[in-house]
Amino acid sequence: MTEPQAIQPSAPSAVPSPDRTLAAPVENAPALEMRGITKRYPGVIANDHIDLEVRPGEIHALLGENGAGKSTLMNILYGLAVPDEGEILLDGVPVTISGPSDAIERGISMVHQHFMLVPVLSVAENILLGEETMANAIFLDRSEARRRIRELGARFGFEIDPDAPVGSLSVGWQQRVEILKALYRKARILVLDEPTAVLTPQETEEIFAVLRRLADEGHSVIFISHKLYEVLAVADRITVIRRGRVVGSRTPAETNEEDLAELMVGREVQLTVDRGESHPGEPAFTVEDLHVQDDRGHEAVRGVTLEVRAGEIFGIAGVAGNGQDELVEAITGLRKPKQGRVTLGGRDVTGSGPRKLGAAGLAYVPGDRHRFGLVLSFPLQDNLVLTSYHKSPFARGLVRDDQACEDWANRSIAEYDIRTPSCDVPAGTLSGGNQQKAVVAREFSRDLKALVLDQPTRGLDVGSIEFIHRQALAKRDAGTAILLVSAELDEILELSDRIAVMYRGELVAVVDGRTANREEIGLLMATGRREESKSPIGAEV
Amino acid sequence: MSGGPSGPDQEPATDPKPAMDPSADAGPVIEAEAPQAASPQAAVPPPLPRDPVARFWSVAAVPIAAVVLALLVGSLIILASSFFAVGGFEPLLPVEAYSSLLRGSFGSVNGLVNTVVAATPLVLAGLAVGIGFKAGLFNIGAQGQFLMGALAAAGTGAALAQQPPPIAIGGALLAAAIGGGLWGFIPGALKAWTGAHEVVTTIMLNYIAAAVIGYLITGPLAAPGFSFARTGPVGNAALPIILGRNGHLGILIALLAVPLAYWLLWRSTLGFELRTVGANPNAARYAGMRPGLLTIFTLSLCGLLAGLAGGGQILGTSGFMNASYGTATGFDAIAVALLGRAHPVGILAASLLFGAMRAGSGLMQIEARIPVEIIDVIQAVILLFLAADVIVRRILRLRAARSGVDEIQTVTRSYGEQAAR
Amino acid sequence: MEQLFQTLYGIPLLGLVFQLGGYLVDRLPSIAPIVLGLAAPIALGALCGVMNERSGVVNIGIEGIMLIAAFVAFVAGAFAADAFPAEGSDVFGVTPALLIGVAAAVISAMLVSLLHAWLSISIRADQIISGTIINIAALGLTGYLNRLIISANPRAGAGTFKSFNPPDALVDLPIIGWVLNMFLDQGPIAMIVIVLVIVLQIMLFRSRWGLRTRAVGEHPKAADTVGIDVIALRYRNVIIGGAFAGLAGAYLTLEATSSFQNGMTSGRGFIALAAVIFGRWTPIGSFGAALMFTAAEALGVAIRFRPPDGDLAALGDVMTAIPNQVYGALPYIITIIILAGVVGRSIPPAAVGQPYYKESRA
Repeated sequence: MTEPQAIQPSAPSAVPSPDRTLAAPVENAPALEMRGITKRYPGVIANDHIDLEVRPGEIHALLGENGAGKSTLMNILYGLAVPDEGEILLDGVPVTISGPSDAIERGISMVHQHFMLVPVLSVAENILLGEETMANAIFLDRSEARRRIRELGARFGFEIDPDAPVGSLSVGWQQRVEILKALYRKARILVLDEPTAVLTPQETEEIFAVLRRLADEGHSVIFISHKLYEVLAVADRITVIRRGRVVGSRTPAETNEEDLAELMVGREVQLTVDRGESHPGEPAFTVEDLHVQDDRGHEAVRGVTLEVRAGEIFGIAGVAGNGQDELVEAITGLRKPKQGRVTLGGRDVTGSGPRKLGAAGLAYVPGDRHRFGLVLSFPLQDNLVLTSYHKSPFARGLVRDDQACEDWANRSIAEYDIRTPSCDVPAGTLSGGNQQKAVVAREFSRDLKALVLDQPTRGLDVGSIEFIHRQALAKRDAGTAILLVSAELDEILELSDRIAVMYRGELVAVVDGRTANREEIGLLMATGRREESKSPIGAEV
Repeated sequence: MSGGPSGPDQEPATDPKPAMDPSADAGPVIEAEAPQAASPQAAVPPPLPRDPVARFWSVAAVPIAAVVLALLVGSLIILASSFFAVGGFEPLLPVEAYSSLLRGSFGSVNGLVNTVVAATPLVLAGLAVGIGFKAGLFNIGAQGQFLMGALAAAGTGAALAQQPPPIAIGGALLAAAIGGGLWGFIPGALKAWTGAHEVVTTIMLNYIAAAVIGYLITGPLAAPGFSFARTGPVGNAALPIILGRNGHLGILIALLAVPLAYWLLWRSTLGFELRTVGANPNAARYAGMRPGLLTIFTLSLCGLLAGLAGGGQILGTSGFMNASYGTATGFDAIAVALLGRAHPVGILAASLLFGAMRAGSGLMQIEARIPVEIIDVIQAVILLFLAADVIVRRILRLRAARSGVDEIQTVTRSYGEQAAR
Repeated sequence: MEQLFQTLYGIPLLGLVFQLGGYLVDRLPSIAPIVLGLAAPIALGALCGVMNERSGVVNIGIEGIMLIAAFVAFVAGAFAADAFPAEGSDVFGVTPALLIGVAAAVISAMLVSLLHAWLSISIRADQIISGTIINIAALGLTGYLNRLIISANPRAGAGTFKSFNPPDALVDLPIIGWVLNMFLDQGPIAMIVIVLVIVLQIMLFRSRWGLRTRAVGEHPKAADTVGIDVIALRYRNVIIGGAFAGLAGAYLTLEATSSFQNGMTSGRGFIALAAVIFGRWTPIGSFGAALMFTAAEALGVAIRFRPPDGDLAALGDVMTAIPNQVYGALPYIITIIILAGVVGRSIPPAAVGQPYYKESRA
C-alpha cells in the first residue's frame, strides 16, 4: 500500500503540485470538489467517474440505495480508500488525503453510521480524545474543555452535560456528541453517514435543526441517506447515486419524492427468471401480532402479522434496519419474541428453538452466512449436514456416519452445482456464491413445510443468484411456504407472489406480487406511505 | 455496546482457485460497498492436501520445526552455561547433555518405561486442555483438576485400602474422575450461567484447589503415625504394575483415552457439536445446539480427564499424597495440547516427547551437570516458536503449512466480553 | 456504654459482627505494617495488570515477570555486592548493590514485557498463550539458573533495604497513628507503591496518556479514527507495566527477604490479577483489593497465635474453627464471586484480549 500517491490527477491540466502548503485557496471555489472518482473492487465498480461539488454553507445530500456506492465515495474522501482514478479538491486546491488524521487536519470530519464513541468515557473525554486541550504537558484542562464544549453546544442550540458518560445518552444525543467532536476539531466539511438510521422522528427533527445551524455558520454538510423525505426536508442540493454512478442532481424545489424514488431505484430489472404459475394452498406459516426487541431493548418489531400459504412466496421488502433482522431471528428461534404468536402447519411454535422448529418443518437460509450459516473452518461436508448431523442417516445415536455424510455431500455438490475441489475442503475456501449454494443445498434438502430466506443472494454473482432463485421457485412449486426477506427490491419483485413492505418495525402494506409497481414499492420502502403527501417528517402511517 | 473490532475482517479466500471457478462472484454485485465484510470467525486454514504425506507435513511441520529450533536454542543455553556447569567453555557440552538425555529416556528398558510413565499424566491432562481448545475454551485449570483428582484418589484409596483390589482401584479412580470433573464443572457452569470467563475462574480454582488440599490433608484426611501431614497408604487401591519396573495401569488408561477422545471429537455427534461451538458459537445456536450446556459438558469432561491423570499419579506412582503435593503437570499439559495441536494423536506424541525429556533429565543432570529445569526452558521456547510461528515459517519457507496455534484463535478474543454474555 | 456493648455482644449473629469489629480495631494496628508489606508485591503486580488491561492487553504472565525480576534482582545484587562492597546508608540501608539489583530487575522485567507486547500486539498471538509461555519460561529459567549459579556456589545476596522507623511521636498519635505507622514502617519499594498507586490513579483519569489508554482499551477503532497510534500506545503501556512487576520482583528478594527460592512468587502474580478484577481495573481499587486480600491472610495467621478471648470468646471459637486455608483462598473465592456477578459485576475494558488490526486501505 503506497500511502502518498493516493490520488493520481486524471487530467494533465491538474495543478502540478498537490501540496497544500504551496497552493493558495482559489476564490469562490467550492469547499469540496470530487472529480471523476472511480473505485474498482474485484468484479465490481463501486464508484464510476463520480463528480461531486459541495459549496460552503450548503447541506448536500447524497442519495442512493444500500450498496449504490455512497460509502465508498465517502471512504475515499476520508482517506480510508484510495481511488483508482479521479481527484479531490478542497477550496479549489487538489489534495491527497492519506488517512483519517490527514482528513481531520484538513477540516473534514466524518460521523460514522456506527458511532466511533467510547461508551464508558464521558462526553468531554470522547470529544477531547486525540485533540486534547491541555493544562500543561501532562494533564488535561478539563474545565476549559467543559467550557468550550458547553459553548459549542450552545452555539448550535443544545445544552449538553460534558460529564455524562456517553453510554448513558440516547442515540440522538450520542450523535450530537459526534457532531461536537467534529466541530471541536474545527471541521469545515462534515460528513454524516446515514445519521437518521437509528433516530426517532423527533430526534431526526432535532438533528436537522443542528445541521441547519451548522450550514448557516458556513460549514458544509454532506448528508448520506436513502430516505427521500429527509433529504427533501433538509438538503440544499441532492445528488443521486445508483450503481456507482451519479444519475441526477436536484434541488428540493425542483423535485419530489416520486422523482427521487425513480432516480434512486431506477426502472431496469436485470434478471428475470420465468417464475411460472403459483398455486397457493392453505396458510402453512402464520405470525400474529409479533413484538420483538433488539439487542438494546428497543422494540424493533412492532406488531407484525402475516400468513404465508403453502406454495407461495411471501416477500418482505424494506430498507435494511427496519426490524427485518429481529423479525427473522424471532421466527427462526434465535431470538425470543416479547409478544405474539407463531404457528407452523397449524401448531403453535412460538418461542421454540431452532432444533424444534427444524423438526417441525422450518428451514432457514440466514442472511449472514459467515455469522450463522457456515462454520468456515469445517469441511464442506460437515457444513452440508450442519442442521441435520444428528439425524439418520448421518448419525445413529451418538455415532456419526462419515460415509453417509460424504455421500450426501457429493450428491448435494452435484445437484446444487457447488464448485469445489472436493467435499472435505474447508467451507471458507469456497467463493461466496458457492458458500451460499452450500447453505441453500443444506436447507432446501430438509423435510420442509416452510422456508425462511433472508437476503439469500446478498453479495453473489449473477449466476449464483439465478440458480438460487430457480431453486426457490422449485420449492414453491413443491408446496413449501416461503418467506423471503430482502433489501433487494428486484429480488422481491421477481420472486414474490405477495409483497409486504416493512417500515419501522411494521408491515405497512401488502400488495400482489404480479401487479406490484416498482415505484410504488420503492416509495413505500422509503417513506412508509403509498401516496405523496405533505405530512411532516416522521409521520406515522 | 459490546466488543471492539472483530478480527481481521477478511472475506476468507476471495479466490483461492481462480482456475476452477473464474466467473464466481463476478458481475454487478450489489453489495460491493463492504468488500471487507466482518467475519466473526477465525481465519480459515488452507485446505489439507489429499496426499497423506503432504497432509501430515502440512499439519506437523510447524510443531516439528518448533521442537527442533527449541532444542537448538536449548543447546545455546547449555553452551553458555558451561562456565557454571563445568567451570569453563566446553563446546561439546550440548552434545553430551542431549546424549545423556536420550540415554536416560530411551537408552534402556527402565528409561523407556520411565518415559512412558512420565508421559501418562501428560496425555490425560493434555487431552483435558486440548478438548477444551476444540470447544473454544482455554482450560488453564487442568492443574487444579489434576490436584482435585489426586486428592480424591488419595482419600478414597486410603479409605478403600483394605478392600479387594478391583473395588479399591475402581472406587479410587472413580473418585478421581468425579473430583476432577467437579472442578471442571464449576468453571463450565460459571461460564454458561453467568458469563464469567474460564481463563480467570480456572486460574482462581487452581489456587482454591491447593487450599482445599492443604486443609484436608493436614486435617480430616491426615493419616496418624507420620512425621508430616499425608494421607494414608492406598494399599489395595495401588495400580498394578503392568510394564517393567514401574509401568502402572495408568498407562493403559491414557492409551485408551486417546482413541476415545478421537472418537468423541470426530466420530460422535457430541464432538461435532463441541467443535462447532468452538469454531462458531452463532452457527451452533443456529443449528439448534446448546452452547451453554456444551460448555458445561466440555469443561466437566476436561476436568474428569485431568482428574484421572492426578488419580493415576497417586495410585500408580506415589501411593499417598502430602499437603504440599505439587507437580506442574497441569501447566505442562497446556504445552502438550498446543504442541499436539489439540489433536489426540498429536497430544500423545507431544506427551511422549515431554515425558522423555522429563525421564532423561535426571541422567543429564548427573552426567552433564545441566539442571533438569532446562526442560521447562525448552518447553517454553517450543511454545514461543509455536505462538510466533511466522518466524518458524519464514525460516523454513513453509508457506503451505498451517500456523502454530490456529485451533485456538478465538479463545482469548472473548476475554473482554466475560461480563457481557 | 459498657452495658450497651455487653448487650450487643450478647445477640448471636449481630454480636459476632460487633465482636469482630472490636477485635479488628484492637488487632489491626499491630498487623497493619505487615499487611502492607505483604500487599506491596501484589499491588505492584496489579498495577502492571491495570496498565496492560486498560490498554486492551491481557497479561497473565505477571507471575512469571515477577519471578524473573526477583531472580535477576538477587543475582545482580549479589554480584554487585561483590564488586562494590559498601555499608548501608542511614536511610533505608541503601547500598549501590541494592540499587543495581533493583535497576536490573526493572530492566529485565521490561524486556520480558517487550516479548509479551511483541507476541500479543505485533504477532497477534493469543495473549493468554503468550502469558503462559512467560510463566513456564520464568519457572524453568529461574530454576535452571538458580541451580546453575546459586545452588552450586551459594553466596550471600546484597542484603535488604531497611524499613524506615517513624518517630514514636507520630506512631502514638491517636487514631491516625497506626495508619501512619503502617505506611511509614516500610522499606523504600513498599513506600513507593503508595506513591505509584496515587500517581497512576491520577494519571489514568486526568492526563492525556490516561484518556488515550482508556479509549484504546475500550474501543481502539474509535481511538484510531481520531489519530491515536493504538499499537504504539499498547507497547508503551505493556512495557511500563512490566517495570512495576519488576519492582515487585525486586521487593521479594531485596526488601522482604534476602534470598531467592524457586517459584518464590507462589501465585502472587495471579492474586494480582484477582486484585485487578476486584479493584475494577483502577490503581486505587486494586491496591485496596491487595490490602484486603493480604489482611485476610494476616488475620488468619494472627488468629492462630492470639484468638479473641475473654468477652470475645464466642468470636474466637468461630474464627479458629474456620480453617486457616480459607483465609488464604479468600482472594480467589472473592474473585470468582465478583466475576460471576453475584455481588456487583466487574466489567473489564471491552477490547481486552483482542489484537488490533489497523484499518487497511485498499
